[in-house]
Amino acid sequence: MSLAPTNADLAVGKTPGAPDSGAGGRRGIQINLRQSGIYIAFALIVVLFTILTNGDLLAPQNIHNIIVQNSYILVLAIGMILVIIAGHIDLSVGSIVAASGAFAAVLMVDNNVPWPLAVLITLVFGAAIGAWQGYWVAYFGIPAFIVTLAGMLLFRAVTLMILGNRGIGPFPEGVRTLSNGFTDGYLGNIALGPLGGADLVSVLVGLASVAGIVVVQWRARRGRQSYGQAVDPLPMFVAKIAVAAAVVMFVIVQLARYHNLPWVLVLLAALVLGYTVLSNKSVFGRQIYAVGGNLQAATLSGVKVKSVIFWIFVNMGVLSALAGIIFAGRLNQANPTAGNAFELDAIAAAFIGGAAVQGGVGKVVGAITGGLIMGVINNGMSLVGAQSEQVMLVKGAVLLAAVAFDVWTKRRAGASR
Amino acid sequence: MTDTILRMRGITKTFPGVRALSDVNLEVLRGEIHAICGENGAGKSTLMKVLSGVYPHGDYEGEITFDGEPCQFAGIRDSEHRGIVIIHQELALAPNLSIAENIFLGNEMAKRGLIDWNRTNAAAADLLRRVGLAENPVTHVLDLGVGKQQLVEIAKALSKEVSLLILDEPTAALNDEDSAHLLDLLRGLRDEGITCVIISHKLNEVLAIADRVTILRDGKTITTLPSEGLTENKIISGMVGRDLDHRFPPHEPTIGEEILRIEDWTVHSPTQHGRLLVRNANLNLRRGEIVGLAGLMGAGRTELAMSIFGRAYGTGISGRIFKDGKEIKLRSVREAIDHGIAYATEDRKRYGLNLIEDIKRNVSAAALGKLARRGWVDDNEEYKVASEYRASMNIKAPSVASVVGKLSGGNQQKVVLSKWIFTDPDVLILDEPTRGIDVGAKYEIYTIINRLADEGKAVLVISSELPELLGLCDRIYTLSAGRITGEVPRAEATQEGLMTLMTAGQEAPR
Repeated sequence: MSLAPTNADLAVGKTPGAPDSGAGGRRGIQINLRQSGIYIAFALIVVLFTILTNGDLLAPQNIHNIIVQNSYILVLAIGMILVIIAGHIDLSVGSIVAASGAFAAVLMVDNNVPWPLAVLITLVFGAAIGAWQGYWVAYFGIPAFIVTLAGMLLFRAVTLMILGNRGIGPFPEGVRTLSNGFTDGYLGNIALGPLGGADLVSVLVGLASVAGIVVVQWRARRGRQSYGQAVDPLPMFVAKIAVAAAVVMFVIVQLARYHNLPWVLVLLAALVLGYTVLSNKSVFGRQIYAVGGNLQAATLSGVKVKSVIFWIFVNMGVLSALAGIIFAGRLNQANPTAGNAFELDAIAAAFIGGAAVQGGVGKVVGAITGGLIMGVINNGMSLVGAQSEQVMLVKGAVLLAAVAFDVWTKRRAGASR
Repeated sequence: MTDTILRMRGITKTFPGVRALSDVNLEVLRGEIHAICGENGAGKSTLMKVLSGVYPHGDYEGEITFDGEPCQFAGIRDSEHRGIVIIHQELALAPNLSIAENIFLGNEMAKRGLIDWNRTNAAAADLLRRVGLAENPVTHVLDLGVGKQQLVEIAKALSKEVSLLILDEPTAALNDEDSAHLLDLLRGLRDEGITCVIISHKLNEVLAIADRVTILRDGKTITTLPSEGLTENKIISGMVGRDLDHRFPPHEPTIGEEILRIEDWTVHSPTQHGRLLVRNANLNLRRGEIVGLAGLMGAGRTELAMSIFGRAYGTGISGRIFKDGKEIKLRSVREAIDHGIAYATEDRKRYGLNLIEDIKRNVSAAALGKLARRGWVDDNEEYKVASEYRASMNIKAPSVASVVGKLSGGNQQKVVLSKWIFTDPDVLILDEPTRGIDVGAKYEIYTIINRLADEGKAVLVISSELPELLGLCDRIYTLSAGRITGEVPRAEATQEGLMTLMTAGQEAPR
């Protein structure tokens, strides 16, 4: 049932200093399968719905819809994965989305504060809410489940106090552009043969992104090699880059054929990139994993555990406020029921994306993929005319299956002694 | 009437990639205490799991005969029905339930679905008398010390009409007094006709209590011997397959000036108001010196060490710390590390390591700042550092990307030590540095400790094993009920002398 603990000692009898062969043999392939299972599942789901919808799923406008409709959940999922890695949970994000949307509306619509300033103040508002919750969790020692359950009620109440029973709108042009609008096509269109016309700026941005991926990955590979670390064999490396480049170019060309790049995609890309680097390479990011993996060991290693947890919640508050602005801007109205059950989607995205319930495990890219899996299921099922209860049924099943798969692979890998 | 109660023949158990047991034979006589000895990973626990049905029939090869009948257990319940009860190293009691509830857990005395509490508590009281535990059966288990909890486990086993009792490292967490009581109890049970199989690392105990000893090495039975005429060294040579003339590497200390001095150190309990854990302790460490701290369980050794280490434990801490002659204040673990103090915990799994992460991230955990520029970690540098420690500390793992939770105890301990050495400390406090690791790895750890001292660091070793302190340390402090009761140079130290100091003043008022 499980591997003996000494297996690692016996598996490869290596001389010290020789390069590691993490990717060698059957064992390596199994590990890769476990880590990349979520991406394979995503690809299969996309293929499935592409077939079921006769290709409508990947039509230019529909790709745009999937991104814009899920943008605020994805923003929340980024914050949520960090909270979950640290071993906590946040049930209040839906209410914070509503409260910050209402707060922003009062600033912009009722008081005519210029929109960039109002956005900034709203983000600070979100940070303050996060600090409130972070204080109770980190310094007072109340479980996050309770604190944020209370927060779910408190901030919904704040929303209702701000809005009463009405909605506030419309939002200024700038905010609507951020959530719903497109970058400008400065350079006009370019003809792409049988694909028709596409926005040239978007295509160039796509090419630049691909070039960026290639350069960064190549330099990372060279860096690892110079330290004698194991890297993928060259054909594998090229294949991975080629797949990534193909996906990026496909999405961007489709978007360029429909219209220009949505601003919210640009924002999301920046957030994903920023938070991936933060979680992998910053001292703070490493400390999040350390705290979630073993709180006591982190404390005794000199990590300021309370401060780490506090700032995780502040960050979650800021991202919730950002999601609140995007959502309100998209509806063009701040609404008392906004953000209802968003916390569940964000939490589901994180767990589908490979986070562990006990904490210490998870990736930003995983959470985004988890969010997109649910987005594609939503979108694809509505395209084939499924009822909302059917969509719910499938999403619930996918969440359970994803976590069950994770538990199963872990047990097979013999983490237990 | 010396007939065989248990016969295990040709037991072979394989895990994917590893053969944990190969063709193991074990014969236990009715009414004897039979000890099983072997290094960690020799297969002792696996063998007992096969016997008790944790690994069901069909999961292993070979045959088991118990009481003259062949056995094919499908699970623990089957083996318990036949009177085989196993008490694991980590106690399996529910802390929030009473003693009586724990004893009859899963075996409740019920009438038509309702528990008869009077009968339950009366029966529990009888069992507690049998094991010599003077506690009320309705006391919650969390209010008992580890030694008493162990007795509750045995009472629970007795409630099941046990005829073969298996104990896995029963005294590992007990102090000497509780251990002695437990061993007496086992002798009493033997006289009542209960057969015991005991797994233990403490060879003096094995010799004191066992009638016969079976030695396992690398998943194979080496031999079974009567304990009469057996010595610790003979058992050890059977366990490791070589004579260990030197259990401790030779070391010539070069002791320099004082580096750390603790004055008038007092620590209060964080849970029990007004209770003193450490009282007015004074001690000092010098460069190049290995200093021992001896004390019985509950004497306040760990509490003393952790309170010095940035107040990581205890409240109401008072006293002064001098480093290189200058007074310093250590208000947090971070400050302690920054002042060149390192503390490697006695419980590496709970407090020392992030078991789900790999070697390199554990090695870097306490000094990530050294690998970072402006808050960004250089993971290539991290890999390099971890690889260097893997080589210099002889950490046996396929790569520094191996997950720490899958390493053996000795290799995990080397990761813990690497982590603290990487913080570049002047003073290392090592709390039970060889607990639960096998003889060969112990020797390596001792060598590392000597090397650290030779580099001019001061090492404070806390250990429950007096021979270890005598073999390793240049000077030994004894701690008893929170007080430093003695300071003995190596040349004058004996086990008896230390034990006297360790038990001095135990009756001091709380």
